[in-house]
Amino acid sequence: MSGYHLAQLNVGTLKAPQGSPEVAEFFALLDPINALADASPGFVWRYRCEGSNDATGERFFGDDLLINFSVWESVETLWEFTYRSDHLDLLRRREWMVPLAERFLVLWWVPAGHIPTLTEARERLDLIRAEGPTEQAFDFRTRFPAPREETRPQDPRP
Amino acid sequence: MGEADIDAVGALADPLRRRLYEYVVSREGETSRAEAADAVGIRRTLAAFHLDKLVDAGLLTTSRRKLSGREGPGSGRPAKLYRRADRQVNVHLPPRDYETAAHLLAEAVQHSGAEESLHAAARAEGRRRGGAAAVERPVDADGLCEVLTRLGYEPAADEEEPETLRLRNCPFHTLARDFPPLACGMNLELLRGLLAGVQAEGFTARMAPRGRHCCVTISKNENY
Repeated sequence: MSGYHLAQLNVGTLKAPQGSPEVAEFFALLDPINALADASPGFVWRYRCEGSNDATGERFFGDDLLINFSVWESVETLWEFTYRSDHLDLLRRREWMVPLAERFLVLWWVPAGHIPTLTEARERLDLIRAEGPTEQAFDFRTRFPAPREETRPQDPRP
Repeated sequence: MGEADIDAVGALADPLRRRLYEYVVSREGETSRAEAADAVGIRRTLAAFHLDKLVDAGLLTTSRRKLSGREGPGSGRPAKLYRRADRQVNVHLPPRDYETAAHLLAEAVQHSGAEESLHAAARAEGRRRGGAAAVERPVDADGLCEVLTRLGYEPAADEEEPETLRLRNCPFHTLARDFPPLACGMNLELLRGLLAGVQAEGFTARMAPRGRHCCVTISKNENY
C-alpha cells in the first residue's frame, strides 16, 4: 500500500451559462455521476463548494472555467472510473463544452491523508502547461509512479 | 512491425494451432488445456504443445490456478490456464504506420474540437458498411452477429441479459486507450451507422464500458 494518493484537476468551459437550456442536461447528470464517483473503488475525496454537492460554483480558475478536483488511491482507480464507467458517456458528448487548446487535465501525487488546495492545483496545472508531463505534474498518457518512501522507520534498509 | 510480429503470424500458420487459438480467444476468461483439447478433438499433450507455442509467440498468456477452488494439501496441482495476450500484432508489408497517423489525427481532432464532424463521418462509414454487408435486410439478431463478427467485434450475448450483445474485441484498442472519449465516441457512432445501414430494427447501440470489453453494447430492447 503506497503512502501516496493521486490528485487530479481538470477544467472546462461551458458553451452556455449555467441555467441555459443548452447545458441543462449536463447539470442534470452531475448528481448521478458524482454519486457514481463517490461509490467507485479507490475514490478518496472530491472538491465541493460550501453548501453544495459539486464544484460548479467555484470559479477559482476563471469566470468561465468549471473545475473537477478529486483525490484517488491510484492512477488505475481514477482511470477505471473516468473511462470504464458510465462517466465515459458524459465525456464522449461534446455538445456542452468548448474545446480547449491548452491542457485541461493534470495529475500529481499527494501524501495519503493530505487534502490538496485550489492553489496547489493551479500550480500543478501551470506546471504541466509550461513543461509538459513531469513527475510533479503529469497526465494519463505519460504516467509517473508514486514517490518512494525513503524515510519510513518501519522499513529497515538491508 | 518487428520480427516478433512476423513470428506471431507464423505461429498461426499451422491449422490445428489456429483452431486452438480461435477457441481460446472465443471464450470469456481462461481456458484449461483439457478444455482446449476437447474442443478441437486432440490429446491433451498435443494441445499443450501447441498452446505453449502460442504463448512463446506472444499470442496467449498463461496463469496458474487450482481449478478445485480449494487450497492446501490434497487440493491438487494448479492448472495452467490460457487466455489472449493484450499484445497487438500488426503486419504490414512493406511497413506502414497507420497507428501513429491515427493517434496524431485524434490529437488534432481533440484540440480543434472537431468531434462532431468525426461522429458524422463515423456514422456515414457505418451506414456504408451496413449497406455493403452481404446479409438480408432488415437483419435479425443472427445476421447482425455475423456482420459484427466479420468486422472484428467478437459479439457474444451478455450472460445476465441475453437480449444484449457484448462486443468482446475493441477494433481500436490502442487508440481507445490513449483517447477514450474520442475513440469510443467514434466507435459508438460507427456502430449506430452500421445498425441503420443493415436495417437492424429494434436494436440500439449505447455506451456501457465494462471490464475488458469494447465500450459499446447493442441491445434488442429499445427502452435503453
